[in-house]
Amino acid sequence: MYNVPNENGRFGDFGGKFVPETLMLPLEEIEEELTKALADETFKAEYIRILQQYSGRPTPLTFAPNLTKLLNGAKIYLKREDLNHTGAHKINNAIGQALLAKRMGKKKIIAETGAGQHGVAAATVAAHFGMECIVFMGEEDIKRQELNVFRMKLLGAEVVPVYSGNRTLKDATNEAIRYWVQHCDDHFYMIGSVVGPHPYPKMVREFQRVIGDEAKRQFLEREGKLPNVIVACVGGGSNAIGMFYPFLEDDVQLVGVEAAGKGVDTPYHAATITKGTKGVIHGSLTYLLQDEYGQIIEPYSISAGLDYPGVGPEHAYLASIGRVRYESVTDEEAIAAFQLLSREEGIIPAIESAHALAKAVELAKTMDDSQTVLVCLSGRGDKDVQTMMRYVHVKEDDDVAAMYRN
Amino acid sequence: MTTLPLCTVTKPMFIPFIVAGDPSPDITVELALALQEAGADMLELGVPYSDPLADGPIIQRAAARALRGQMTLQKAVELVPEMRKKGVKIPIIIFTYYNPVLQLGKEHFFALAQQNGVDGVLIPDLPFEESGPIRQLGEKTGIPLISLVAPTSKKRMETIASHAQGFLYCVSSLGVTGVRDTLPETLNGFLTEVKRHSRVPVVVGFGISTSEQVKMLKDYCDGVVIGSALVQKIEQLNERLQTPANKEEALAEFQRYARSLVAPLKQACSSHESSK
Repeated sequence: MYNVPNENGRFGDFGGKFVPETLMLPLEEIEEELTKALADETFKAEYIRILQQYSGRPTPLTFAPNLTKLLNGAKIYLKREDLNHTGAHKINNAIGQALLAKRMGKKKIIAETGAGQHGVAAATVAAHFGMECIVFMGEEDIKRQELNVFRMKLLGAEVVPVYSGNRTLKDATNEAIRYWVQHCDDHFYMIGSVVGPHPYPKMVREFQRVIGDEAKRQFLEREGKLPNVIVACVGGGSNAIGMFYPFLEDDVQLVGVEAAGKGVDTPYHAATITKGTKGVIHGSLTYLLQDEYGQIIEPYSISAGLDYPGVGPEHAYLASIGRVRYESVTDEEAIAAFQLLSREEGIIPAIESAHALAKAVELAKTMDDSQTVLVCLSGRGDKDVQTMMRYVHVKEDDDVAAMYRN
Repeated sequence: MTTLPLCTVTKPMFIPFIVAGDPSPDITVELALALQEAGADMLELGVPYSDPLADGPIIQRAAARALRGQMTLQKAVELVPEMRKKGVKIPIIIFTYYNPVLQLGKEHFFALAQQNGVDGVLIPDLPFEESGPIRQLGEKTGIPLISLVAPTSKKRMETIASHAQGFLYCVSSLGVTGVRDTLPETLNGFLTEVKRHSRVPVVVGFGISTSEQVKMLKDYCDGVVIGSALVQKIEQLNERLQTPANKEEALAEFQRYARSLVAPLKQACSSHESSK
């Protein structure tokens, strides 16, 4: 039976708590309250109520008819996390953690963000629950994600620019943790992915598993069986864990897709499981991109949401036991998939999700029409439109489908 | 239990922290010597790390400077015999984050530390629960792993204190390293409580940056760690330290500054100084 993490927060060798002593008590307090909350029917009912009435769950399961026809392979389904309030799966976790923070009597939220989706989700729930919110964001990401920065400010959050390192998500996370060390008595740190010290990876999984639970139900209703393959993108990996977790003991192929950036054989990628080695980052033991001396290497991806040098410890574990296959997709492949879905289905995906889609398309082509592929469409692409404008010159007569025809 | 030579010391100790390789490996050795002459009883030698969760901006900047000079954990350990050659006699504690230790190899690191005469190891992101294997290696090689307690340690304090080796490092207040204008009013009470549980010397650090603070703390602890204030001074003297014509004068200024910070400590234990 799949039963991780253990009481020490370990997923096999991975996970744990590697933090300054000051944070051990706040982590224990969160763990204790989380255990109570997850066993409390009132808490769960409130979480589900907010997901339904505020965020718009359940999100639909959408069949992609045009894409399926074009590829002439397996049927492709999309789990539409892009249709959540604030535009991504991040809100599921933010609602769960905000409810927990409220239960613990905390009125101030700290968050870190890369692409801005978690920052927006944190700022949104903070507004909803009447809490203060500080979001740490790398200066480089602030430039890349202007629109989301403005949204966070509109929602009443304070956005703190981080100037260390590459000025991206890794550095924002360091700064958020350092701030938390100083303010742990009255602030709740809302981590945006299945990363960080125990109990965060477990907690975020519990708040994201709603994706997979719903998808399983919906898929069985629609197809009368489970999908053959499920694909999700992996930066830290919260949408992927949320999607995979309820299927771990089923006969379903699970594929996590990392960002290969300019190629895994160049220094410009964020393919942590594919190319990383075991180490400690942000309080947990996992795979990470580092040099031989243990200094963390700055990752690269076109997607601000995927360029993280670590990965959730549960993904590291799932890779080590061979339950999930982790592959990678380049910027170029993700851009092509981004355009393809936009043109074929009228859905503009987040660039993160386009990574998963690129892999799903590749796999579907090798399968037959009795088989099915389910893709977690983790977010919508509104935030990425400006980034895409720099890479793509859209012409009316562009035939983006041509390269995919079977 | 592994012990440090300093455990025989009965008066409050001055424990400076500097970053290995900031501004250069050679100058680190000279800074250590200057600190010893200024009355340091022990030295914390920081290993620069790219992602230091327990450090504030001053030490982060120092680490970045040292990393640009290609400093590594192994090279930092190998600075210890260099310091000995130049006359540094006080115990030297290696202060490093856990990931560089993992990459060098835990066993290899302790073997190297033993071979190079390291007197203790402090790993700020390795809490008690995760420290078992490292603690064992420490015991095997006779190099104590220094434990930390924080104001938030509460129930954990007793367990941590009962396993403490060498000395027990008390984090003065919530927060990362850095200079602070004020220390919490509850600090003396916290130190008194820690001392009640501890069988080894109790040392306080994080945020201590003025002689007034040192004066206030000296009666409640067995030692004071001063890091960011000294590292900031090194940052200010950076250029002069690296210019041969100005180096001696800059080292002297650094030493005067260190002396002034710990003057209350040294006055308190002048009898100890003379007996050394």
